[in-house]
Amino acid sequence: MSVTVLKPGLLTTVQDRGRRGYAALGVGAAGPMDDVAFRLANALVGNGDDAAALELTLVGPRLRFDTAATIALTGAGFAAQIDGRSIGGWRAIEISAGAVLDCGSTRRGARGYLAVAGGFAVERVLGSAATDVNARLGPFGGRALCAGDLLSARDATTSNGPPSPLSRGERGFTWSLDPRPWFDPDPHRPVRLIRGSHFDALDRASREALFAAQFRIAAASNRVGFRLDGPRLAFAEPLELVSEPVGFGTVQLPAGGQPIALLAEHPTTGGYPRIGQIAAIDLPRLAQRRPGDPVRFVEIDLDDAQTRYLARERELARLLDAIAMRLAT
Amino acid sequence: MQVADGERAFAFEPLGETVLLLRFGDRVDAKLNARVHAAAAILHAAGLPGIVDLVPAFATLALIYAPAVWSDGDGAPWQHVAAAVRTVFATPPRHDAAPAATIEIPVRYGGEDGPDIEAVASHCGLTRDEVITRHTAADYRVAMLGFAPGFPYLLGLDRMLHTPRRANPRTRVPRGSVAIGGAQTGIYPSELPGGWQLLGRTPLLLFDPQRDPVCLLVPGDHVRFRAVDAAEFAALMQRLAP
Repeated sequence: MSVTVLKPGLLTTVQDRGRRGYAALGVGAAGPMDDVAFRLANALVGNGDDAAALELTLVGPRLRFDTAATIALTGAGFAAQIDGRSIGGWRAIEISAGAVLDCGSTRRGARGYLAVAGGFAVERVLGSAATDVNARLGPFGGRALCAGDLLSARDATTSNGPPSPLSRGERGFTWSLDPRPWFDPDPHRPVRLIRGSHFDALDRASREALFAAQFRIAAASNRVGFRLDGPRLAFAEPLELVSEPVGFGTVQLPAGGQPIALLAEHPTTGGYPRIGQIAAIDLPRLAQRRPGDPVRFVEIDLDDAQTRYLARERELARLLDAIAMRLAT
Repeated sequence: MQVADGERAFAFEPLGETVLLLRFGDRVDAKLNARVHAAAAILHAAGLPGIVDLVPAFATLALIYAPAVWSDGDGAPWQHVAAAVRTVFATPPRHDAAPAATIEIPVRYGGEDGPDIEAVASHCGLTRDEVITRHTAADYRVAMLGFAPGFPYLLGLDRMLHTPRRANPRTRVPRGSVAIGGAQTGIYPSELPGGWQLLGRTPLLLFDPQRDPVCLLVPGDHVRFRAVDAAEFAALMQRLAP
């Protein structure tokens, strides 16, 4: 199966669930911004949840399928069409040889995920197909897709992994997934935030502002992080730190007073104070916001956040199993 | 929560639901840093389940873990991970650090490769040649890799050479640039944005995902810089060209 990129879209990258095991070398995980929509896209075409799929950003690509394939599009509401006919998201769709998929653009949410049965067959760098645009690491030299790029998929019937249920001729495509619990592009929903290591060092006004003020995602935001426009925050005393590990969702405060929420392509370490950590359950929701969207934080404690995160992971695991069973019957 | 085991004393500091930080201190200090790397080696060898990655830094070590693997029983997963880490260090495993390598880094100082060398010299009240002499005289240790893949933070910069970062960071620093940022010196492993003062450039490739080992320098390594002239730089560049 092969696909030709006719138009690349704004920022279309190949991702798997991330590059692990090399953080000690300064190599970050990268991977999808919205890990939940990513896993569901793969599940809908019968892939394991770590298969390589495409992440679309605001404006999606135009792709010509040179051979027939089964695809699914999840995440943001892209107005996708196959040869001019609109298609819905959150379901498996068969696309015939020679057809053109135009993913269009999205008005709800920022990031979509396009999976193909069998998974895209791309070069793995340090064990992963994830593209780290900032570090220029991953397939296609670690860059976003360009017009003329050729993608191929692992043949679902001959891959080394377990055969994709869809390759056996079954078609459960009359149904689609209800995205509601798994996809929430409402930018007005508060984002839960755990106090960071240096929260207590903020001055009193800043401690209050962090949970009371409305921030906006600045234009200078990307897969590394969202810069948050809003009240300038400050520490009671200047804080000098040495570089320490940071994670997906760490909210740093550089000297200028504008917080930065680190995202999928965050570096492994950073030298700025950490004033908060976004609850893992809310990261997919934040990843779907667009430049200019509001962000308001509400406090959650770590134990509560971890309990909710585990509950969501269990629920998602049940759904992934249910999809796999439905595809197999 | 503290683990007080003499040399290995550290505190736990959760960084969200999937990262647990072990804090040995909050300074740039060779002894603290050596303890971080010893602990990383011990935890790597211990092979605790559900540990996805380890991130050693100057004075802290992060464990990235899968909370689902640590969700049985009372208490939060991070507390279970902390308890397991405490158990590992309760019977302190012997750790003999691997013998450290010494790696020589050829550098062409000044010129277009080191556009800030005069600024560093004037800040430090030295001549350009004195900057080079002092920078090549020291024995450096790799404290950690971070900021970007393969970027080494080196300990051991001569106090006389400490120079604040540039007021206006560059959007593109060439690959191989050897630079000073405050009390630290480092080498840009690829073209990156950066605010450090550029002294020169090495033709050596610090990070190559297709090579084994991926990184030329790893924590604990000794590093020395050697000044090379344009001819030697060009010859090395040609020999190393992919």
